[in-house]
Amino acid sequence: MTDTSTLARGGGRHSSSPGRGSNRRRPARAKGLPNWAVPYVLLIPGLLVIIGLLVYPLIQMAIMSFQKVGVAQVAGKKPATWVGVDNYTSIFESEIFWTALRNTVVFAAIAVPLTLILGTAVGVLLQKLGRKMSLVLIVGLMFAWAVPPVAQGAIWRWLADGERGIINWALNLLPDWLSNLLFGRSDWTGEPWLNDAWSIYMILILCVVWAGIPFVAVSVLAGLKGIPSELYEAARVDGSGAWRTFWKITFPLLKPVFAVLTVLSIIWDFKVFGQLVVLGGQTNREAFNLSMYAVAEAFKAPPKMGSGAAIAVVLTILLLIVTAAYIRQLFKQEEL
Amino acid sequence: MTPYARRLIGKIGMNALAVIVLLVMIFPVYWMVSTAFKSNEQIFTTEFIPFPTDFTFEHFTNVLTKGVAEHSIWLYLGNSAIVALVTVLIGAVFALLSATAIARFRFKGRTSFLATLLIMQMIPAEALVIPLFMNVKRLGLYDQLAGLIVTQIALTLPFGIWMLRTFVAAVPKSLEEAAWIDGASRFTTFWKVLFPLVAPGLVATSIFSFITAWNELVMALYLINDPTKYTMPVALQFFFGQRGTDWGAIMATSTLMTLPVVIFFLLVQRRMVSGLVAGAVKG
Repeated sequence: MTDTSTLARGGGRHSSSPGRGSNRRRPARAKGLPNWAVPYVLLIPGLLVIIGLLVYPLIQMAIMSFQKVGVAQVAGKKPATWVGVDNYTSIFESEIFWTALRNTVVFAAIAVPLTLILGTAVGVLLQKLGRKMSLVLIVGLMFAWAVPPVAQGAIWRWLADGERGIINWALNLLPDWLSNLLFGRSDWTGEPWLNDAWSIYMILILCVVWAGIPFVAVSVLAGLKGIPSELYEAARVDGSGAWRTFWKITFPLLKPVFAVLTVLSIIWDFKVFGQLVVLGGQTNREAFNLSMYAVAEAFKAPPKMGSGAAIAVVLTILLLIVTAAYIRQLFKQEEL
Repeated sequence: MTPYARRLIGKIGMNALAVIVLLVMIFPVYWMVSTAFKSNEQIFTTEFIPFPTDFTFEHFTNVLTKGVAEHSIWLYLGNSAIVALVTVLIGAVFALLSATAIARFRFKGRTSFLATLLIMQMIPAEALVIPLFMNVKRLGLYDQLAGLIVTQIALTLPFGIWMLRTFVAAVPKSLEEAAWIDGASRFTTFWKVLFPLVAPGLVATSIFSFITAWNELVMALYLINDPTKYTMPVALQFFFGQRGTDWGAIMATSTLMTLPVVIFFLLVQRRMVSGLVAGAVKG
């Protein structure tokens, strides 16, 4: 798999001298479009979709955030009216917004490092294992990875069920003195994990970290395979321990991989939705994150599309700040 | 301790650790499947029953016949499949054309296009659903699978192009040049030389788009109102609205929903990662 990206770097780029040379040698053809027009023609369908269904709606969203868009406007009976920054001031004054912002940021701040650390550990483990065992573990990881977000939510809701959930069953297994010492209680039967925002987020963190580990692990493994084994042999000969080797060799060489994984994880965790819906975050306003709050506000009865759009703009700007770092990283990596 | 003994112990420890990781990672999935095959008696108990000793297909037949929201799960599986397949078919053609343009040509605006692709991958669907809802409504596509498909194409295309670009670029340009020299037209070159070589990458990209569309919740939730047009992720929500959660039915439905994704994942796992972190992994 690293092969493709290597080839991509050589094959996709023509600014290097061999590429440019072959461009000039390309035989001229009489029939068909002129050369300069070909890429634009090829891009037409893709551009139409991207401009029409992504870029234009984003502009609409920004405009809507300064308008009042209620029932009459949704039905097309009245044009949207401009309200200036009213939508923004009203969301910034609302307590739910700040709760949702805190939930979004705190959740990502806990889930992202956990996913990365555990995922990297599993990736390193995968490399150290023998062929067969490594394959078995990868297949196992695939199963966890493949579960759709809503089904992940359903599984964890079931695991965290008050009466029959495995989590409470396991906590009841702890010796009473230990459970009392740690949590101040020994009987967990009926403990409702999905009633309060903080415990919903605890389960959500377990769920998202569990589901996120496979991708990180497999990506780290892919990166590790690209590091020449001589480096590790040299380190071993020099008497470097596993921990030191990781920080002195593996980590610096895999920095670009970690950078991309971090940004991707932040982006994914910032807009976590399906799992949160199933775990009860849709009906519990205390447990909203920004994406939940945006759609809840926009599609409530009666709809308030304007303030929904304002929240969506805030979320998008937050994500774009992170994206800017990601894009810079990718553009620094290689010439696209 | 001899170095050999130390290495042996290390190896055993490593494998033991791998087994623990495997068990922890697979347990929730196992619990979903095993609950789906358990009788209600074995589900609604406070005891821990590791394996369904009274193995039953009851929950699967229930969700497939009685279903939820008055319709069989077959209907929702069908809707999900239609949405995902049409998305993939149209998306694959569009992605291939765009990917060829950016991988094979240098043109004005190319870098901006690439940057746009990257930025668009980051835009949350939960934000886009608000303006898209208004547009879909205006165009009379609200409550129609067609409207949902259009939004799914939009959500999957940027990543599709991004991933496919590396596959197109991986095909040596000299092959196409040879065909040109032999007098093949541009279309023949594309169809007979480039396309067969890119096909595996196209399959991988398509599967990825399929999974994205198959799993998508937010658009399906807000652009569809008619229960006969629900997709699986939306239908699953209705089990929780019922009085007394029917965990057997939920886990059977979740299993049915996960199955196609597992199959596809195992097929394209390696290519998928290469697409996602392309460029970041030093080869």
